[in-house]
Amino acid sequence: MRAMTEKLTDNAWVRFAARRSRRLLLSVWVLLTAAFGMIHLIPGDPVRAALGVAAPPELVAARREQLGLDDPLWRQYLDYLGDLSAGRFGTSTVSGLPVSQVIAERYPATLELAGYAFLVAVALSVPVGLTMAVLTRGGRRRRLELGFTSTSVFLGAVPEFLIGAGLVYLFGVQLGLVPIAGRAGPDSYVLPVLALALGPAAVLARIMRVETLAVLDADYIRTARAKRLPDRRLYLRHALPNSVTATVTIAGLLLGGLVAATVLVENVFAWPGLGSTIVQSILAKDYPVVQGIVLIYGLGVLLVNLLVDVGLALLDPRSTIRES
Amino acid sequence: MPKRLRTPLGVTAAVLLTAVLTLTVLAPVLWGGRADAVDTANILQGPSAAHWAGTDGLGRDIFFRVLVATRLSVVLALLSTGLGVVIGLLLGAAPQLIGARLGRLVTAGVNVAVAFPGLLLALSFAVIFGVGTKGSVLAIGFAVAPAFARLTGTLVASVAERDFVAAARIAGVGRLRVLVRHVLLNIGEPLVVNATVAAGGSLLAFAGLSYLGLGVQAPSYDWGRLLGEGLNSLYVHPLAALVPGAAVVLAGLAFNLTGEAVARQIGQSTPLFAAVRRAPRQEPAAPSTVDKDGDTVLAVENLRVSFGELTPVRGLSFTIRRGEAVGVVGESGSGKSLTALAVAQLIEAPGEVRADRLEFAGEDLRHGPSRAQRRLLGTSFAMVFQDPMSSFNPTQRIGRQLAEPAVQHQGLGRREAFARAVDRLRAVRLPAPERRAHQFPHEFSGGMRQRAMIGMGLMGTPALIVADEPTTALDVTVQRQVLALLEDIRAADSVALLLISHDITVVGQVCQRVLVMYAGRVVEDVAAAALPAGARHPYTRALLAAVPHLGTDRDLPLTVIPGRPVEPGEVPTGCAFAPRCAYADEHCGREEPPLETDATGARVACWHVGEVR
Repeated sequence: MRAMTEKLTDNAWVRFAARRSRRLLLSVWVLLTAAFGMIHLIPGDPVRAALGVAAPPELVAARREQLGLDDPLWRQYLDYLGDLSAGRFGTSTVSGLPVSQVIAERYPATLELAGYAFLVAVALSVPVGLTMAVLTRGGRRRRLELGFTSTSVFLGAVPEFLIGAGLVYLFGVQLGLVPIAGRAGPDSYVLPVLALALGPAAVLARIMRVETLAVLDADYIRTARAKRLPDRRLYLRHALPNSVTATVTIAGLLLGGLVAATVLVENVFAWPGLGSTIVQSILAKDYPVVQGIVLIYGLGVLLVNLLVDVGLALLDPRSTIRES
Repeated sequence: MPKRLRTPLGVTAAVLLTAVLTLTVLAPVLWGGRADAVDTANILQGPSAAHWAGTDGLGRDIFFRVLVATRLSVVLALLSTGLGVVIGLLLGAAPQLIGARLGRLVTAGVNVAVAFPGLLLALSFAVIFGVGTKGSVLAIGFAVAPAFARLTGTLVASVAERDFVAAARIAGVGRLRVLVRHVLLNIGEPLVVNATVAAGGSLLAFAGLSYLGLGVQAPSYDWGRLLGEGLNSLYVHPLAALVPGAAVVLAGLAFNLTGEAVARQIGQSTPLFAAVRRAPRQEPAAPSTVDKDGDTVLAVENLRVSFGELTPVRGLSFTIRRGEAVGVVGESGSGKSLTALAVAQLIEAPGEVRADRLEFAGEDLRHGPSRAQRRLLGTSFAMVFQDPMSSFNPTQRIGRQLAEPAVQHQGLGRREAFARAVDRLRAVRLPAPERRAHQFPHEFSGGMRQRAMIGMGLMGTPALIVADEPTTALDVTVQRQVLALLEDIRAADSVALLLISHDITVVGQVCQRVLVMYAGRVVEDVAAAALPAGARHPYTRALLAAVPHLGTDRDLPLTVIPGRPVEPGEVPTGCAFAPRCAYADEHCGREEPPLETDATGARVACWHVGEVR
C-alpha cells in the first residue's frame, strides 16, 4: 500500500493534478467569499439602496428578513455557501425571478460569443504570425514588417467595444451587409465575434511571429534544414509545434480577458447574454443578479485557466509545466 | 528627447503624449465655453464649417466637447493608475514590509486575484464603490493593483537577494528604508514602464465604464460618456461616436507606445552583432556516393561568406577526397564554422555565399540546390552539430527524427524508416535502441544525443560527414568515444570527414590533413602526421605551443597567443596575423601573403616561412 502511494506521488501527472486542484480550490473559495463579501461591502443598506429612499420601512424590513440580512455574518456566509451548493443563487429584486433561471437563460449566448471569438482569434493569428515570421526573417521585407507591426499594435490597443462600434459603422451602417444588433441567425454572429476576436488575434499574431522567429533560429531547425526537408515540412512540422506552445499559453491568458470583454461587446450589439444583463442589473441595483453573474464569470475564468494549464501539460513533452 | 528615443516609435509616442497632455491642461481653459454652449436650433447636425464634427442632442459642438473631455478622461485615468500603483507596490512589497509569513498570505491572495481579468474586477468593485466617477476611480485602481503587485513582488524578490541589499540589512538599516532606498530605486525603470502602459489601460477601462453608464455621470462628460451618447445616434450622425472613439484610441496609444519606447531603450540590442553571432552555426556536409570527379567528394575554390559589410570567410580553397579526414582549426571567429555551414548550403539570409567552385560529389551547388541535389544532400551529406542538447526537435521522438529524411528522400514507409532508424541507432552503439527510438530528446544524455545525431547522418549512404565541434559540449571520456565512432565510420565505409575544432590536438589525432584558419582565410594546410614539427606558419606554431602536455613545466604560466583574434569588421591590410606575430615586419603589414603550395602538396601563407622555428 505504502509502496503504491509512493509510486503515485512519484508520477509527475499525479503531482501536477494535486497541485493544480489545490490552487483551483483556493481560487474558488476566494471567489465565493469575494462574491459574498461584495454585497456586504456596499456602503449603507443594499435593500434600501435597491428599493429607493421612498420605500416604506416595513417593506425594507421584510425584504431584509427575507434575504437573511439580519442574521449574524457567519450564519449568512454558511447559508450562502449552502444555497450555492444546492444551486440556489437567490432571487432578482427587480424581476422576482430566481437568479439561476436568469443565468440559465443568458449564459449560452455569452459562451457562444466567447468560444467562437477564441477560435477565430487562434485561427487567424497562428497562420498570419507564422507567415509573417517566414517572410520577414533575417531583416527582409522591412516595410511589410512595419505594416504588420503597426497594424497589430493598433488593433491590440483599441478596446473591443470601439472595434465593435467601428464594425457597426462600417458593415452595418455604411455597407448594410450584416445585422448590427441582437442574436438571430448565423449572420448576426459575424460582427460581435469579430469585435471580440480582432484585438486578441492581433496580439497573438505578433507573439506567434516573435516565437516563430526565435524557433527558426534554433539549432534543431538547422538540423531539420540539414535533412533537406521541403520548406512546408520545415515550417509546419518542425517550427510550428515548438512556437505554438507559447502562443497557446498567451491565448489562454487572453481567453480570460476575452470572457470579460463580452460584457462591453454585448452592450454594443444588444447581445442577450450575461454581459448585457450584469450592466442592467448594476444600474438597477439588482444585487443578487449581479452577485450571481460575477460568480459565473469568475468560475468561467478559473475553468479556462485550468483547461489551458492541462492543455499545455499535455502539449509539452518535457513536462516542465507538470514539474514546475 | 534623449538620442536613443529618436526612433519612429519614440517620436510617434512623444508627439502623441505631448499633444494629449497639452490638451489636458489647456483645452478646458480655451474651449470650455464653446463646448457647453447649447444651441437648440442646431440639434444633431452633421459636420459644417461652424461645427467640424457636428452637434449633439442639445446642439453642442462635438469637436470641442471631445477636446475639453481630454482633461477629465486623462486625469481620471492617471488618478486610478496612481491608486493602483500605490496599492500594488504595498501588496507586492508585503513580504519585505510585514515579514515573510504574512507576506506569503498576501502573495497568495494576489496570485488568485491576478487570474481574473481587470474588467471583471473593475465591474465587481464598481458594484461595491457605487456607480459614478469616484466609484469608478476606486474600482479601476483596485483592478489595476493585482497585476502591479505581482510585478513588484517579482522584481523585489530578484533585487532583495543581491549582495548590496543583504549588506544594507546586516548594517541595521530599517525595512522601509531598505525597500525605498535600496530596492525600489533599483526596480524603478520597469515599474515606470509598466505604470505608463497601465495608464493607457486605465484610460480605456474608464472609457468602457463610462460608455456602459457606470462611470462619469451627466452633466460631467469624458470620452466614454460622449461615445455612449454618440453610439445611440450612430445611424443619423456617425461622427458623434467616431470622434470620441478616435480620441480614446489615440490617447491610449500615446501611453502604450511611450511605455514600449522606454522599455526598448532599457533593453536594447545591436542588430548587427545579432546577425553575425547567429551566423557561426555550422552543419556538416554529407559525402556523395556518385563522384563525377574521380575521388573528390568536396571541391571548394575561393569561398566567401558575407553578412552585409562584413566578410567573415574571405576566399577559401580546399578539396576533400573519398575517405579522407580533414580538420579545420582556428580560434572562435576565424570563420571555420561558417565555412562548414556554407559548404552545407545552410547559410541563410542576410548571409551570402559566393565561390568560384563549390562542388559536392561533382554537383555544382553554387546556385542553391535543385530538387535532385536536395535529395543527394539529404542522403549523402551528413552533419553533426556542436550542441547535441539543442540540435534535436524537443517535440518529436528521436526515432521519428531519424526516420524523417529516409521517408522524404528514400521513399521509405514510416514503419520501414523507423526500423532503419533503430538499426542505425544500434550502429552507433546506442544501448537498447528499440526503446530509445521511442523516447524524446530530453530523455537522452549529451553523448547519446551526439551518437543519435551521427546515426541520423547514417540513415542514407553518406559520402561526407561535416562535424562542427562535435565534442566540445561533451565530457572528456564521452569525447573520445564520439571521435572513435566517427573514425570507425570513416574507415569502414570510406566516408570523408570534415572535422571543425578549436582543438588542434584532437584534429591532429583524427585527421590526415589539417587546415589552419585565421581571420577567414586558410593560413596553413599541413599533413597531420607532420605535426608538430612540420608546422611552418607562426600561428600554427603558436596554437601548438599553447597546448599543454605532460612535459609542460607547470611552474611556468601557460603559453598564450598575445593579442586577441581579429573581428570580421576589423581585418587589417596585409597579413591579418601580423599584429600578433613576432616575425612581422613592415612588408607583412602592407601585403597579404599568398597561400603557396610546396612540392609535398602542403600549403602555407607567410612571408617568413623559412625563418619560423
